[in-house]
Amino acid sequence: MRAARTVIALALIFIITLFAFSGCHGRRGTAEFKTPEEFDESRSYEVVFWAKNDTNKNQTRIYEKAIADFEALYPNINVKLRLYTDYGKIYNDVITNIATGTTPDVCITYPDHIATYLTGNNVVAPLDDLFSDERYGLGGSALKFDSPTFDEMIPEFMDECTISGHYYAIPYMRSTEACYINRTYVEALGYEVPDMLTWDFIWEVSEAAAGKDADGVYTLNGQRVMIPFIYKSTDNMMIQLLKQKGAGYSTPEGEVLLFNDTTGELLQEIAGHTEKGAFSTFKISSYPANFLNAGQCVFAIDSTAGATWMGPEAPLSDISPDKFVDFDIEVRPIPQYDTEHPAMISQGPSVCVFNKDDPQQVLASWLFAQYLLTNDVQIAYAKTEGYVPVTQKARQDEAYESYLAACGADGDEHYSVKILASELLLEHTGDTFITPVFNGSASLRDAAGQLIESTVKSVRRKEKVDDAYITKLYKDTSSLYRLNSLGSGRQAKELGPLPLTSKLLLLSIAVCWAALGTVQIVRRLKKKI
Amino acid sequence: MKRFLAIILAIVAVAACFAGCTKKSGVMTHAEYEAADLDTPVVVETYVQAKQSWWDNKATFYTQAEDGAYFIYNMPCSEEEYAKLVPGTKIRVSGYKSEWSGEVEIIDATYEIIKGSYTATAFDVTDLLGTDDLIKHQNEFVSFKGMTVVAAGQDENGNDVPFLYNWDGSGEDGSDLYFKVQLGEDVYTFTVESYLCDSTTDVYAAVKALKIGDVIDMEGFLYWYEGVNPHITSVTAAE
Repeated sequence: MRAARTVIALALIFIITLFAFSGCHGRRGTAEFKTPEEFDESRSYEVVFWAKNDTNKNQTRIYEKAIADFEALYPNINVKLRLYTDYGKIYNDVITNIATGTTPDVCITYPDHIATYLTGNNVVAPLDDLFSDERYGLGGSALKFDSPTFDEMIPEFMDECTISGHYYAIPYMRSTEACYINRTYVEALGYEVPDMLTWDFIWEVSEAAAGKDADGVYTLNGQRVMIPFIYKSTDNMMIQLLKQKGAGYSTPEGEVLLFNDTTGELLQEIAGHTEKGAFSTFKISSYPANFLNAGQCVFAIDSTAGATWMGPEAPLSDISPDKFVDFDIEVRPIPQYDTEHPAMISQGPSVCVFNKDDPQQVLASWLFAQYLLTNDVQIAYAKTEGYVPVTQKARQDEAYESYLAACGADGDEHYSVKILASELLLEHTGDTFITPVFNGSASLRDAAGQLIESTVKSVRRKEKVDDAYITKLYKDTSSLYRLNSLGSGRQAKELGPLPLTSKLLLLSIAVCWAALGTVQIVRRLKKKI
Repeated sequence: MKRFLAIILAIVAVAACFAGCTKKSGVMTHAEYEAADLDTPVVVETYVQAKQSWWDNKATFYTQAEDGAYFIYNMPCSEEEYAKLVPGTKIRVSGYKSEWSGEVEIIDATYEIIKGSYTATAFDVTDLLGTDDLIKHQNEFVSFKGMTVVAAGQDENGNDVPFLYNWDGSGEDGSDLYFKVQLGEDVYTFTVESYLCDSTTDVYAAVKALKIGDVIDMEGFLYWYEGVNPHITSVTAAE
C-alpha cells in the first residue's frame, strides 16, 4: 500500500512539474510592454536601427545626421544604423531574428510585414499608449525635441499603421505611383496628354507606339527596342485596377477575394495588349527609367519615390549618358477608370518599435523613432525623392513650402520631375488607399503581382491565355503563395501534431489514473480476503 | 544462336555507352542556345561554376560548359539540393531564355544533376574590353590583366576614394563594392557582388584595400547590366 502511495505521489509531482514547465514554455515571449513612468537617463542604451534607403546616398546621409543630432540630445542613447536597400530583405532578416530573439530595436518596414511579425508573442511594441503619453508621447512635455502632436500627423497615413485596432507603427515617408510620360512621343502619335489618364488612353497610345517597319525598327523611335508601357510594381497595378473597378481583393479579416471574374477579365485584357507589343514589366524587362530615358518607352509607371531617375535630365541613372535621348516629360497620376473618383495606392516606409524585456530600452527606441518625425528629418528626407512628409507640421513649415515653390530651379535638389511627383501626392492624398493588413497580406500582395507577371510571360511564350489558363493560373498562384491556408476564422486551422510536453502530460495522467485504479482493485481484493 | 544474341547484346551495350557519353536528345549546344529566340524553351547541359544566392527555395548560379556560359536565375532548388550543387557539378537545365537589362539568362528553370565535372579556367578578355566581341563571352569566367585603379568617387570631404559601397556610396560594409579600373583611355566599373562574394571573402577584403594607382589583375564572371558589369571574384597585384 505504501508503495502504491509512493507511485501516486511521484506521478503527481511529475504532472505538477510538467505543468510548471509548460507554463514557462507559454511565457517564452517577451512580456507585454508598459510605458515606464520616467525615462532613466542614468543608464546607457544601444538602439539598433534597420533602415531602408533607395540606393541614394543623400538618404544615407540624412539617417546619419538624424542619428548624430538625436545622440547629441540624448548622449546616453547610441543608435547603431544598419542599411538596407530592399524592404523584402529587411522582412526576411526580421523574421529570422524573431526566432532567435535578436530583432532590431527600431525598423523601417511595411504594415503588411508587421502583421506577420505580430504572430510572435509581444514581438512588436504597441504604440497606442506611447502616442498618448503626456511626457514622452507625440508632442510630449519631457521630450528634448520638437515633436508633432497626434493631431499634426496626416490622419490617412496614421490609419495605415493600425492593425486589429491598435497602432503598431508610425508613418515615416509616403509616396504613391506616378505615370512618367514621354510627351514628345505621345504628341508625335497625334495625341495630347490629358490631366487625368484613363486606361483606355494608355492602351490606345501604347498600341499605336508599337508599330514597326519592315526591318523590325519601331517607327516612333527608330530603335529596335520599344516598350510603350512598362509597369514597375505589378502587385500595385493589380491592386489599383481592382480597387478602381470596385472588385474584390481581400476582406479586412484576411479572406482572399483576389481570384475573381474581374481579375480574370483584367488579365485577359493585359494579355491582349502584351500580344500587340504594348506592355511589359520591370521583372520581365528592366527598370522603367532605363527605357524611358533611352527613348524606348512612352508611359513608365513607378513610385513617386523613384522620380529622380526619371527624365532626360534625371540626376540619377543606370544607363550611360550616350543612351539618353531628349524629350519633354510629364508626370501624372496612374490611369483611372473613373477620372472623377481617382484611386491610387498609398505606400512608403513606416517605422515599428520592437518590444524587449527592458521597458526602458523600448522607451529609448521609441524616442528615436519619434525623432524621425521632426521637421528637420521629415523635410530633408522628403527632398531626396518624390516623397511627402507625414506630418502637417512639416508640410506647413516654411522651408518645405519654399522647396516646393522652387520646382525646376535646378536639376538636383529642385529637380522638376521629383517635385511634380511630390505635388501629385500632396494634391491626391485624399484619393489614396491601402489594402487590409493581416498575417498573410504580404503573400497576397505578391500573388496579385504574380498573376500579371505570369500572364505577360505566357503571352511572350506564345501560350494561349483563355479561361482555362486563368483557372489554372489561379490554382497555381494560390498554391505557390499558400493562400489556401489564409483567411478568416471561418476556415478550420490545421494545428499539427501535439508537442512532446503535451504528450508526456497526457501519458502521465493516464499512468496516474491506471495507478489509482490498481490501488482500488488491490484494496477491494484485500477486503474480500 | 548464342553467338547472335551475344552480338546483339554487344551492339546494345555500345549504343548505350555512346548515348551516355553524348548529349541527350534536345539538349542544345551553346551556339544553338545563342541562336534561340528570347522567351523560347531551352535545354542545356552545363557545369556550376559559382553560386550567387539561395533564398525561399530559389537559387541563382553562374554556370559554364566547354563551349559557353549560362546564367541561371532564381531556379527552384531546396536548401539541401543547393548544398549539393558545388562548383564543377554537371546539371541539365530546362527553362526559358530571357533577357533582363542586357543580361541573357535562363529563367523558370528546372534541373537534374548528371554525371560529369568541369571547372572553367579564366579566359583573358582584357583586349576585348570596349569591343563588340566582348559580349560573346557574356557570363563566362574571365580575367582582366594589368588594369589601373582610378577614383570610384569622392568621400564626404571631397577626397577621391578607390571604391564605393553601392554604386553611389550609399551602402556600408557588406554592401556591393564598386570600383573603377582604367585601361588606356577607357575606364570601366567593376563590382564585387555581395551575394556572390560577401564581406568575409578575400576579394571583398582585397578591394577594400585597393589604392588609387594600383595595377591589378582580376578574375570574375562577365555579367551584364546596361552594358558590361563584371562580378569580380579575385583581385591580385598585376604580375
